[in-house]
Amino acid sequence: MSTALHNLVNQPYKHGFVTNIETESVPKGLSEDVIRMISGKKNEPEWLLDFRLQAYRHWLTMNEPDWANVDYPRIDFQDIIYFAQPKPKKQLASMDEVDPELRRTFEKLGVPLHEQKIMAGVAVDVIFDSVSVTTTYKAKLAEVGIIFCSFSEAVREHPELVKQYLGSVVPSGDNFYAALNSAVFTDGSFCFIPKGVKCPMDLSTYFRINTEGSGQFERTLIVAEEGSSVCYLEGCTAPQFDTNQLHAAVVELVALDNADIKYSTVQNWYAGDENGKGGIYNFVTKRGLCKGVNSKISWTQVETGSAITWKYPSCVLLGDNSTGEFYSVALTNHLQQADTGTKMIHVGKNTRSKIISKGISAGRSSNSYRGMVKVGSRATGARNYSQCDSMLIGDRCEASTFPTIDVQNTTATIEHEASTSKIGEDQMFFFAQRGIGSEEAISMIINGFCKDVFVHLPMEFAVEATKLLGLKLEGSVG
Amino acid sequence: MISKDSRIMLEVKNLHAEVGGIDILKGVDLTVRAGEVHAIMGINGSGKSTFSKVLAGHPDYHVTGGTATFEGKDLFALEPEERARAGLFLAFQYPVEIPGVSNSALLRLAYNTLQTERGLEELDPLEFEDLVHEKIKVVEMDPSFLGRSVNEGFSGGEKKRNEILQMAVLEPKLAILDETDSGLDIDALRIVANGVNSLLTPDNAVVMVTHYQRLLNYIVPDYVHVMDGGRIVRTGGKELALELEARGYDWLRAAA
Repeated sequence: MSTALHNLVNQPYKHGFVTNIETESVPKGLSEDVIRMISGKKNEPEWLLDFRLQAYRHWLTMNEPDWANVDYPRIDFQDIIYFAQPKPKKQLASMDEVDPELRRTFEKLGVPLHEQKIMAGVAVDVIFDSVSVTTTYKAKLAEVGIIFCSFSEAVREHPELVKQYLGSVVPSGDNFYAALNSAVFTDGSFCFIPKGVKCPMDLSTYFRINTEGSGQFERTLIVAEEGSSVCYLEGCTAPQFDTNQLHAAVVELVALDNADIKYSTVQNWYAGDENGKGGIYNFVTKRGLCKGVNSKISWTQVETGSAITWKYPSCVLLGDNSTGEFYSVALTNHLQQADTGTKMIHVGKNTRSKIISKGISAGRSSNSYRGMVKVGSRATGARNYSQCDSMLIGDRCEASTFPTIDVQNTTATIEHEASTSKIGEDQMFFFAQRGIGSEEAISMIINGFCKDVFVHLPMEFAVEATKLLGLKLEGSVG
Repeated sequence: MISKDSRIMLEVKNLHAEVGGIDILKGVDLTVRAGEVHAIMGINGSGKSTFSKVLAGHPDYHVTGGTATFEGKDLFALEPEERARAGLFLAFQYPVEIPGVSNSALLRLAYNTLQTERGLEELDPLEFEDLVHEKIKVVEMDPSFLGRSVNEGFSGGEKKRNEILQMAVLEPKLAILDETDSGLDIDALRIVANGVNSLLTPDNAVVMVTHYQRLLNYIVPDYVHVMDGGRIVRTGGKELALELEARGYDWLRAAA
């Protein structure tokens, strides 16, 4: 690779600072005692402790999955801090009482915690290490009956809802990391949209891991009742540490009859340095259940960070005529590894799904799409369209596609398209020869390549994603 | 259009260059004045294409000796994109495909980059649309090509026409056409040649690199140079190309 291309992909990480704030944490390691301690610190009801312990006991019998196309040393699960929180000074009565140090941190990250300053009226739940720091616009949302709060608060204030839906989409023993999360999750976001309500603003969670050596295990649960709709955004960053940090989240979405959930993520966890030192292991289980007829769940993700990404936002299309969508851009650079994709499980009649996946690999990274389209025997008239495009930048990276199609109903229509393209020196020289510098060239190529996905992002996210991809690739070509 | 008084556009002296550790150019001298059309001919491996890539600044090719000035400026002190912005254009022998980037978006960005460089107003997409629809007539291309990804799925002839469309939009001072005629059928050759001819003015110049006399029937050169072993071994008028067509290259190689 020539230097111009190289420099272009190698932009330093901007969110790598550490906030100096007093935190309290439980000792490293995992045991029933640690789980009881976490549960106790949060004054949880007995049923939730039981949920955790059951998950933990199940987890002990499970093995770390090794089928993904990623390579990393075994994780020592006893060397992780499972709970860390900024030392609470007192109960917060308003946003202005948030620790100024924390407020500055989020302002630096572009997430202002003052409601009047929040862009475009997006309500934000802010998760710092293991706990939710604050949720904005709560009162305003409550006027239309929407519950948007931290997971801990939901457990306190709306236990019946949490109990009803927690683990209903991702059971506690679903997979190794989901089981681990179910045992130790500390906080997250809860969102409930009642019957017939169109959420008047975008809801958003911002995740920040700060403490070195801590894992982040948050849980997001979104329930959209009959005829309701919501647009949800998720952003995440972490400081730059030389050690790897584990992020094992679970996100569950439930859409009842005629409900519509749109979930967008711009993932920018610290990816490690150019030699692959440090970075987040992002092992996340995200699944949506289209439970009702005509329901729709749409995932859009822009994955740019993390040392390793292992993530398959999926849809179970249970209700007749329900729709699942997955739009993804995954970019890897340096020594990053991503194994990401989706599962579309067609159960109900006339269910439809669409998968658009764009993988961009640069540096010496490895980028895999892994997807499954499954049509059950009762899913008469099911349709799926999948498109998986890979782009290689330079000649030392890797792109792989692992599609699985399992059809048990003869009336199903399944389409799969795939392409691979390469951006090398010759393309960059062509742009240069037309007077276009390498940064502009890369951003033009990336935007062109990703436009089918970017159009599904909310406006501000699309702008951010475009910028982010440009920055991440700075110096990678040429 | 030759006039000894017109200004010198490109002056190359004793140029040496290598690629992958192999010396290819071994002392090229060439002077191109405004308003002139030059043809560089020669057998495969004589250094013709290397010469055009070195002038445009391809990163794989390294200058090991000699000088080149473009409108009085040291060409080799400029980055490839700076050379392009200064008005040097290379029509590629093998145009690359750029998936996902539409032809019109590329043309507009390239055009506006030049406008900025020249201190002129950028055109918005609508204004540019008008301009490019005018220019596309030069190469008789269907406007539907503008919405397609650059060169993706284009035939060999369509790619070459697309190169000339870029030249028409960017209006370079010096255009180097690197085997633009190769792979063209006779109709496409005529279209490309007409396109180039229509763009010639007393203020610009063209250097054609080609194997065949065929192209020169359509774009008539003022000078024909024969390159061999990394040097220009013979320079003449357009009749030299006809002589080459009749006698081949061997008699010149022997003489050199």
